[in-house]
Amino acid sequence: MPLSPEEVRHVALLARLGLEPGDEEIYAERLSGILQHIDRLQELNTDAIPPTAQVVEVAATLREDEPRPCLTQEEALANAPAAVDGFFRVPSIQEEA
Amino acid sequence: MDPTHLTISELRRLLDERELSARELLGLHLERIEAADTDVKAFLRLTSEHAARQAEAADRALKEGTAGPLAGIPMAVKDVLCVKGIETTAGSQILRGFKPPYTGTAVQRLFDAGAVMIGVTNCDEFAMGSSTENSSYFPTHNPWALDRVPGGSSGGSAAAVAAGEAVYSLGTDTGGSIRQPAALCGVIGMKPTYGRVSRYGLIAFASSLDQIGPFTRSVEDCALVLQTMAGHDPLDSTSANRPNDVSRSLHDGVDKMRLGVPREYFDVEGMEPGVRAAVDKALHTLEAAGAELVEVSLPHTDYGLAAYYIIAPAECSSNLARFDGVKYGLSEQDVQNITEAYMKTRRKGFGAEVRRRVMLGTYALSSGYYDAYYLKAQKVRTLIKQDFDDAFARCDAIVSGTSPTVAFPLGSRTQDPLSMYLCDVLTLGGNLAGLPGISVPCGMSEGLPVGLQVLAPQWREDVALRVARAYEVASDMRVEVALVD
Repeated sequence: MPLSPEEVRHVALLARLGLEPGDEEIYAERLSGILQHIDRLQELNTDAIPPTAQVVEVAATLREDEPRPCLTQEEALANAPAAVDGFFRVPSIQEEA
Repeated sequence: MDPTHLTISELRRLLDERELSARELLGLHLERIEAADTDVKAFLRLTSEHAARQAEAADRALKEGTAGPLAGIPMAVKDVLCVKGIETTAGSQILRGFKPPYTGTAVQRLFDAGAVMIGVTNCDEFAMGSSTENSSYFPTHNPWALDRVPGGSSGGSAAAVAAGEAVYSLGTDTGGSIRQPAALCGVIGMKPTYGRVSRYGLIAFASSLDQIGPFTRSVEDCALVLQTMAGHDPLDSTSANRPNDVSRSLHDGVDKMRLGVPREYFDVEGMEPGVRAAVDKALHTLEAAGAELVEVSLPHTDYGLAAYYIIAPAECSSNLARFDGVKYGLSEQDVQNITEAYMKTRRKGFGAEVRRRVMLGTYALSSGYYDAYYLKAQKVRTLIKQDFDDAFARCDAIVSGTSPTVAFPLGSRTQDPLSMYLCDVLTLGGNLAGLPGISVPCGMSEGLPVGLQVLAPQWREDVALRVARAYEVASDMRVEVALVD
């Protein structure tokens, strides 16, 4: 089924991807084409088939919870686009009351 | 012979016998890069100073008799593997300028064995693509025909080895991104079993599929590099604690081995007759060397691409959520609030294919569609894995072509995502089932290299390498360096 412009806008917001002029049409067209191919999965009856999320049999490993050396604050912030007083700086996340 | 055409083991003899120093070997490769890479464009960045320090250390170690197995051998690293202090961008503008504060485990283990890292190679953005045309910097050209793609996503790493610019290189393989470019560039490339090599320090694309592996000029070199990188790493809980014995049967030959030939892999859409002929000839060579060819079936092959293009984008949409313009990389600061910052940064920083996959994955995971797409794809993944389990009950390894086509012209598939995705139709099953797979050159079609793929059961890299080595011996195959006047 083709994606509607509303669906494209909804998914773009979920994905935190801005939309520029022309994007909606491109996504709708290209994604619909791919989804059309993907829809062939519905031909298979998988009612009795368990899903595979992880393909090898590896047991979860545990380790002692001991302090170890890690990045310094300076190293961790070295690539930050904006840092202040040892913190990452971000735009405001709350409207002023 | 020109040292830039040799294998690791051949060069190591020259280094051990002092016929060549690591510094000289590095110099020869830098000269070769200067001569060839304006055409090939395999490298995004050279790390000459870094390489010079490692080459000096290698020369000291060789003199003192403490040299590791890879000492002094120039190598290249795909732009998705973090190396401390060296710009690593996943081929993307969103990471432009990012200098990792640490080195990933796979690369570190090679450094500890004496590796000399000569540069960072080009790739499709976030490893999403099959031609390296999705790099946000520039496309890489196939050294065998400069108007053609090298394959992808690890196209720069494959082209660098094919062009004599590096003796070996590292790539990553999520749906075929090592094996397919290895085939298209006429070199050897291997994807290990899921969990064989630590991914600490790898910029993640699809976490249930990604693996790191080598490009080399001989099967023996491939085993050596893999052996050096492999093994459990406390910093990656998905790396397995298993015996690291990938080389144990390398020279045992294929006599009495049963090699499965999946008919579905020979009838796929777009299979070129020249590719099929070269692969058929390789199968006859293996048969003449003593292998028994048995027909096997992988009945869900036609559904693999569809399952893959739900699972990989779903995982990528989750992994790429970390690129928020806050911690590193591109950041749009002229905004009213944090949501606008995210949206502007990500729209500007991600290229068209990455955005398409993030959108597709987000859609497949979104409320109301999760069961129809993501859960369905995971169930089909179970069926595909079962296909391989059934096939391996009847054979020791599965042999086929690596790519249905030879290298295609630059620009010929970029407008049709599905035609690009079909490049991976013979390789992505190995990722969905977690299998080790290797591609070795098996002749030419239309003057361009063809690859033979060997898939083995999980943790049986030794079997895949053994078959590949037997083919190399039986066919008297030697990886040639392309673009030589």
